Amino acid sequence: MIVGLLWLLACQLAGEIVVRLTDAPIPGAVVGMVLLFVVLRWRRVGDDSPVVRAGDFLLSHLQLFFVPAGAGVVVYLTLLRQHALPIAVGLLGTWLVALASVGWIVTLLVRGRATTGGAVPEEVE
Amino acid sequence: MRLHATWVWLHTSPLPWLVLTLAAYELGRRLRARTGHPLAQPVLVALVIVCVAIEATGTSYAVYRSATGLIAFFLGPATVALAIPLHRQSRRLRGLAVPMLLGLLAGTVVSTAGGILLVEWCGGGETLARTMAPKATTTPVAIALADRFDGIPALAAVFAILVGTLGAVAGPTVLDLLRIRDHRARGLALGAVSHGIGTSRALHDDAAEGAFAGLSMGLTALLTCLVLPVVAAALL
Repeated sequence: MIVGLLWLLACQLAGEIVVRLTDAPIPGAVVGMVLLFVVLRWRRVGDDSPVVRAGDFLLSHLQLFFVPAGAGVVVYLTLLRQHALPIAVGLLGTWLVALASVGWIVTLLVRGRATTGGAVPEEVE
Repeated sequence: MRLHATWVWLHTSPLPWLVLTLAAYELGRRLRARTGHPLAQPVLVALVIVCVAIEATGTSYAVYRSATGLIAFFLGPATVALAIPLHRQSRRLRGLAVPMLLGLLAGTVVSTAGGILLVEWCGGGETLARTMAPKATTTPVAIALADRFDGIPALAAVFAILVGTLGAVAGPTVLDLLRIRDHRARGLALGAVSHGIGTSRALHDDAAEGAFAGLSMGLTALLTCLVLPVVAAALL
């Protein structure tokens, strides 16, 4: 567990440093995710390795880690009530349209490439 | 009995809030396991209980936030860990780069430009529109972008978590209604609109969906950082 956590935190630390050095507009943890992906591919890490076990544990509780920031909603209850309509329409409307856009575009393009034979065929599940 | 001293200690220690948050989350997990109802998302159950407790005890949010800093800290390494499901699914990445980037670019433009336009049309005002624009990205990015584009950072985090929770509750059902069945497309769509919270629901439902949701969350964060300056210059 300690070795696994060490890998995750080291990747995040490296990501945070890269982001600050280059002034990149993305969070260090996302850069850390890319770094860990490279490490996992490079070393052909298996499912029994410490980093995978520690990572799977954290991912199975991902929702927990959003609770402290989400509870900030109590500060804005009055504002949310005053502007209920624009907030509800803005959140729900764009969520629905963006969800459908991404899902349909990816489905259509993947199907198009598969039928024209331009892409590597996907393996069957 | 040192009632008063103990009472004072309880008000200053982070332990009661940590215990309450973990217990509320665990209750949410049990509800999900027992009922299987889409509304029984641990994050939603925990948020309702924690918010009621904060209001009922008259605690300031800042006190709660600093008491639970330990929990929030793990969002970083957990985000890094999203590389793991992706590593397991990496064979299925082949031939997906172009569809994925085009799909996510469209999703990012809809989320940012749509957020600004809808809020302004409904009379929400410019500050609210600027706060709404980055809400599809993962919380730390939403906070940073709202700050850079003169929105309200803490409110942007709240919007991001609300829209994430919406994805965890309703995402898979809506994708079924839209007849989107490819696991890769479903994961990419959910990660693009509901970031890490949608990803956690996807991980719970299907390994491939979870992996692509995590990838989508990362790329959406990156694309939003690139697209929002253009969208903001055009619309605001």
